[in-house]
Amino acid sequence: MRTIGMLALAFALSISAWAQEWRGQVSAEYRGFARTGLDPGQHRGYASLAAQPEFWVDWQGGRQSLTFTPFYRRDQYDRERTHGDVRELLWLYGGRGFELRAGIGKVFWGVTETQHLVDVVNQIDLVENPDRKEKLGQPMLGATLLTAAGNWELYALPYFRERTFPGEEGRLRTIPRVDTELEALYESPRGARHVDAAARWTRTLGAWDFGLSYFQGTNREPRLVPGIDARGQAVLLPYYGQLRQFGLEGQATVERWLLKLEAVRRSEREAASRAATAGFEYTLPRAFGSTADLGLLAEYLYDSRGQASLTPYEDDVMLGMRWSANDAQSTRLLATVVLDRRSSERAYSVEASRRLTEHATASVEARAFHGSAPGEPLFSLRRDDYAQLKLTYYF
Amino acid sequence: MGTESLSTPLWIRRCALAPIAAVALQFAFSLSAIAQTDSGRGLEIARTMKERNRGFGNTTAEMRMVLRDASGKETLRKLRTKTLEAKDDGDKVLAVFDAPADVKGTVFLGHTHRDRADDQWLYLPALKRVKRIAPANKTSPFMGSEFSYEDLASSEVEKFTYAYRGEDTLDGEPSFVIERRPVDPDSGYSRQVVWVDQVRYVELKIEFYDRRGAKLKTLTAREHRQYLGRYWRAQEARMENHQSGKSTLVRWSDIRFRQGLGEQDFLPARMARTR
Repeated sequence: MRTIGMLALAFALSISAWAQEWRGQVSAEYRGFARTGLDPGQHRGYASLAAQPEFWVDWQGGRQSLTFTPFYRRDQYDRERTHGDVRELLWLYGGRGFELRAGIGKVFWGVTETQHLVDVVNQIDLVENPDRKEKLGQPMLGATLLTAAGNWELYALPYFRERTFPGEEGRLRTIPRVDTELEALYESPRGARHVDAAARWTRTLGAWDFGLSYFQGTNREPRLVPGIDARGQAVLLPYYGQLRQFGLEGQATVERWLLKLEAVRRSEREAASRAATAGFEYTLPRAFGSTADLGLLAEYLYDSRGQASLTPYEDDVMLGMRWSANDAQSTRLLATVVLDRRSSERAYSVEASRRLTEHATASVEARAFHGSAPGEPLFSLRRDDYAQLKLTYYF
Repeated sequence: MGTESLSTPLWIRRCALAPIAAVALQFAFSLSAIAQTDSGRGLEIARTMKERNRGFGNTTAEMRMVLRDASGKETLRKLRTKTLEAKDDGDKVLAVFDAPADVKGTVFLGHTHRDRADDQWLYLPALKRVKRIAPANKTSPFMGSEFSYEDLASSEVEKFTYAYRGEDTLDGEPSFVIERRPVDPDSGYSRQVVWVDQVRYVELKIEFYDRRGAKLKTLTAREHRQYLGRYWRAQEARMENHQSGKSTLVRWSDIRFRQGLGEQDFLPARMARTR
């Protein structure tokens, strides 16, 4: 009887030592396109709702925690953009100089603005945004070691996530569309079950941050090959090859300057290639006598595969401006243009956001694609200039 | 200073006004000598303040900021802070944002340095990204408040040059008045005038002057409470901007000392784990 009492007490104590929290966001957005799409099935405007709650609990004095972040979006027309994902379902054990992770998670590597070459752990959730910055949750086992000689990260990635692509009625897609209903093609006979591995070492020396990374496994970036769907229509099918990638990243933070570099060397069955992004961000604090900060950005983007590159950036220059008002509403604006050095192809982007209340923000996003010739990466987006308004409620 | 520099230059001795000029020059020298002892006294007060705070180890606190614009409209910020006293360098500060809701979970980490620019990082939970930020933003408002990043960084003795300005009584408290000028040319201020409590050696009031020399802001700290029988901490501070008419009221609560924090809790790599 006494033992049971003790056990009950111990249990009650351990429960009371649990900290837990719910938070998250819901958003409503509308995307309007300047012109009708290339495909008659596409629409001029799309309304959409999304929710991303997050539940977190920790115990053992914060040493262990579990985070669960499901995501769901409902789109008015695009059946592929209507999708759900487990962004995070991650157990974390944090020791003194190490961390262990298991479950589904998200990892960010890299320093540059326009693209994240070294950031290869997670798949891109492309239907979310053409800027390729939203990610799908990645099943993983991970270990981090914090040492005087730098931080070491190791991941085993037991299951592959296919990239999402806009559906038949969706915009901002290839013509013909990428069919994700059909089975994706893989180089590895194990397909999505191929176990991938990733490792990274990072170190800070004064104003300098360095990182070296290695990835071996299924390439997150698919090659698109022609195919036929169930109705006999021409489509593109994603082909996921095997990739070995060495990555290098670095940032120097000197007064008003951030100097950034990311470079990768990729080995695939077809060929080896190199790519790099290098640039800077210069911050003018209290610009023009106001409390605002003005940042000037420039990056050069290179890919040795040239026009055969899987991304739109092969010999491009990005010029941009970041403006932060530093007001109570945290008003911000980022405007960029990416210029192809070998053609007249241009991609313009403006993103702005502002807090409305303690719990709500409004953001605007507009992108335009110009001057693409047939065969160029943005050619299929030539009628997809759009503006989007998004209202987000946080709880 | 060598005797040579104190002797009257030859060209002055030769001219008719030599005696007057010599007196004037010597007066100027004695003034600079006074200024030097003043600077010594100002520095001594700053050192004493730092010395009295030495050994606090580490603290945690909750911080509530009320931002008030010129029309009286108020907005709220909530954060939790952790501070670590570093042995031979500036303090380390970590702040976790709780409100407004859109920045909930964002973490700020600052390593203050005595002899070089501070290191600062921001953890953005939506991207799971730890971003190192440029130290030049020290003059920028912190979360839209009237406090800049540099106002919130620990005031290391080495970051200023000092001058003693005299004594004053502030709300009945006898105070020293010292003037300090930031060493860093990127600072947002030309000088700060500080009222230091003569008994407790805490800052009661600071006047901030902008780069053009105009009075920009006034900070008033209130309700100092003593911890561990030694360390004084204000429970409330108000920053008033004279140029914009805006103000920010900060209220600290649940200040705790010696919470067992160490260097490992202030690593950029650990920010993602901070709740």
